[in-house]
Amino acid sequence: MAMSLWLAVLIPGAAAILLAFHRQHQAQINLWASALACIAALLAVLGPAHAGTVLMLDAINKPFLLTTGFITLTVALSCPYFLEPAGKGGAALFYPLFQAFSCTMQLALACSNIGILWVALEGATLATVLLVAFNRTPQAVEAAWKYFVLCGVGIAQALFGTVLVAFAAHQALDDPQQAMNWPALHAAASHLDPTVMGIAFVFCLVGYGTKAGLVPLHQWLPDAYSAAIAPLLAMLSGTLLNVALYALLRIKMLTDAALATSASHDIPNMLLLAFGLASTLLAALLLLRQRDIKRLFGYSSIEHMGIATFALGLGTPLATFAALLHLLCHGLGKAALFIIVGAVTRKAGSRSTERIRGLLHLDPRLGWAFMAAAAAMAGLPPFGLFVSELLILTSAAAHQPWLAASLALCMVIAFAALLRQVQPMVLGEAPAATTMQTKETIALWPSWLQLGLVVILGLLMPPPILHVLQNAAIRISIPLP
Amino acid sequence: MTSMPLAEQGVAFLAGLVLLTSFVLLSQTRLVPVIYACAIQGMCVALVALLRGIVDGRGELLVSALLTFALKGLCIPWMLDRQLDRLALHRSAEVLDHQGLVLFSGAALVVFSYWVVLPLAQMASSIHGSVIMVSLAVVLLGLLMMVVRHQAMAQVVGFMAMENGLFLAAVAATGGMPLVVELGIAFDVLLAMVLFGIFFLHIRENIDSMDVDRLSALTEESGVVEKQWP
Repeated sequence: MAMSLWLAVLIPGAAAILLAFHRQHQAQINLWASALACIAALLAVLGPAHAGTVLMLDAINKPFLLTTGFITLTVALSCPYFLEPAGKGGAALFYPLFQAFSCTMQLALACSNIGILWVALEGATLATVLLVAFNRTPQAVEAAWKYFVLCGVGIAQALFGTVLVAFAAHQALDDPQQAMNWPALHAAASHLDPTVMGIAFVFCLVGYGTKAGLVPLHQWLPDAYSAAIAPLLAMLSGTLLNVALYALLRIKMLTDAALATSASHDIPNMLLLAFGLASTLLAALLLLRQRDIKRLFGYSSIEHMGIATFALGLGTPLATFAALLHLLCHGLGKAALFIIVGAVTRKAGSRSTERIRGLLHLDPRLGWAFMAAAAAMAGLPPFGLFVSELLILTSAAAHQPWLAASLALCMVIAFAALLRQVQPMVLGEAPAATTMQTKETIALWPSWLQLGLVVILGLLMPPPILHVLQNAAIRISIPLP
Repeated sequence: MTSMPLAEQGVAFLAGLVLLTSFVLLSQTRLVPVIYACAIQGMCVALVALLRGIVDGRGELLVSALLTFALKGLCIPWMLDRQLDRLALHRSAEVLDHQGLVLFSGAALVVFSYWVVLPLAQMASSIHGSVIMVSLAVVLLGLLMMVVRHQAMAQVVGFMAMENGLFLAAVAATGGMPLVVELGIAFDVLLAMVLFGIFFLHIRENIDSMDVDRLSALTEESGVVEKQWP
C-alpha cells in the first residue's frame, strides 16, 4: 500500500515540525507519532510490493522498515524517564530531533532514489549531532564534533560513489531521468560498466562503512557513544547502523551484477570480508579494556556490525539470510540493552565498569534485565544472535574454512571479554556506601518485549518472519538480470 | 585543444580555477582570504553548471546552478564571515606545519585522482572526463585540508570545498542530478552550516579557543568522565 508507506515517512516528519513549535504534551505526541508510524510501516509491509518514483517497497527493505518502526516505538516509551533530569529545555530540543531522525531513517529505507538515500543518511547525522552534544560538557562537545566531521567526510565519499553509479547508469539506460532510480538500476544492472561500478563501490564502501562503524572508519563511534544519552544510543545502534549497511548492501547488489562477467568479480565480496573480519577482531580485542560501560557496548556494536558485514561478504543465500537475522536481532537487542544501561548508570550514579557492582543485589529487576540483554549480545543460546552466528560460521566453514576459524576465534574472545566485564557488575558485591541515586523507576517491559522477540527469533522463527527474511535473502544473493 | 568549442574552453578554464583555489585553501593561513577563496570556488562551480546547462539546453541544471551560486558563492561565505565577526577572529592566522609537505601531498593527490578516473575519462564525452578528474581531486584536497588544519572554521571550509567538488562531479558526470536530489543536498549543506555555527560557540565556550586539536579528552586511555546524565 503506497499510502501507508508515505504515512510511515510523513508522520515522523510532521511530528518533528509540530514538536519544534509546540511545547506542551511533548512526550505524548512523540509516543503517538511513533506508534502511528510503526503501524503505518506494518501495514505497508503487509501490503504488496510497490515501485514509485519517490518511494518503493520490495523484498529487501521490508524487514528493515518493520524493525526500524518497532524500535522507534519502544525507545519512545522510555524517553521521558531519561529526559527528566534535563528539564523542559532539554525535552524541547530532544523530541523534535528524535522524530526528525526517525523520519530520515524511514525515508532512507523507503526511497527509490539513490540520491535521496544519501540525503536522508546525511540528514540523520545532522539530526543526531546536537543530541550527541546534549549534555554540553566539554567531552560531549568534543564527541559531537568528531562525529560531525568524520561522518561528514565519510559520507561525502559515498556521494561521489553515488554520482559514479549515476554516471554508469547514464551510459546504460535509455532514459537518463531514471539513472538514480533503484528499480531501473536493478533492471539494467548487468549492463552497467564494470570499471565504473567497481570504483563507485569502493567509494560507497568507505562512505556508508563510516556510518556503519566498520574498522578502520569507526573512530567516531566509541566517543559518540560515551557521550550520548541512552535513548539516542538505542536509536543509533538499533536503526542507524542497520540502515547504513542496508545502503551498502544495495550498492553491492548492483556491483555484483555489473562485475559478473569480468575477471575481478569477487572483489566486492573480498572487501566486505576484510572489513568485517577487521572490525570483529579489533572490537573483540578492545572490549576487555573498556572502563566506560557505554563505550564497552559501543565496541560490541562494532563487533556485531563486523560479523554481519562478513556474512554479507560470503554472498551465499544462507549467509545472507544469517546476516539479515543478525542485523534484526542485534538491532532489537541493542536497543533494549542501551535503555537498560541508561537506567543502570542512573541508578548506580556512575558509568564506570569498575564502580557498578552488585546490580542483582541493588535492584534485582534491573539486574536481571541487564544480565539478559548482555547475554543476548554475547550470543548465548536462547537468543537469536546465537542462531545467526552459528549459521554464519557454518556457511563460512563450507566456503572459506580459514576465515571461519579466525571469525570463530574473534567471537570467542568477544564472548569471554563481555562475560568478564558484565559478571562483576551483575553478581559482584555491592559496595556498602552505594545509595540509590534516584527513586524513580523505569518501565522495563518494552525492553523485555524486545528481548523476548530476540528469543522468539532464536527458538521458534515464526513463519511470516521467516518468509520475509527468506525472500529478502534470495533477492539479495541471486544475481540481478 | 585548438578546435575546442568556446563553451568547453570555458568549462576547462573554470575547472582549472577550481583546482587552483583548492591549493589556495590549503596554503592560506589567514581566515578571511580562506573564506573568499571558498566563495570563488563555489561561484566557479556554479558557472560550470550554468555553461553545461546552456549547452545542453536543460532548464533543471540552470536552476541548480543559480541555487549553488546563491548558496555556495554568497550565502555560506557570508554566514562564515559573520561568524568570524562574532568570534572576533578576523585577524587570526594559523601556524601551518610542514607547508611544503602538505602542498606536495596535494599534488600527489591530483595525480592519484587522475589515475583513478582515467578509465572513466575515456568513456565520458570530451572535456567532461578531465572535469571528473578535477572534481575528485577537489574532494580529496578538501579532505586533506580537514586533516591538516587545526582551526575549526578552516575545517568547515574544507568540508565546503568537498561539497563543491561533489557538485562539480555530478555536473560533469551526469549533467546534474535530478532537482529533488539537488534540493535535498542543498538543504543538508545549509543545515550543516547552521549546526557548525552552533558548534563554534560550544567549542569556544568549552576550550576558550577554536583550535580543535585541544579537543582531546576522549581517548582510549582516558578514564571515565562522570557527571553526565545517563
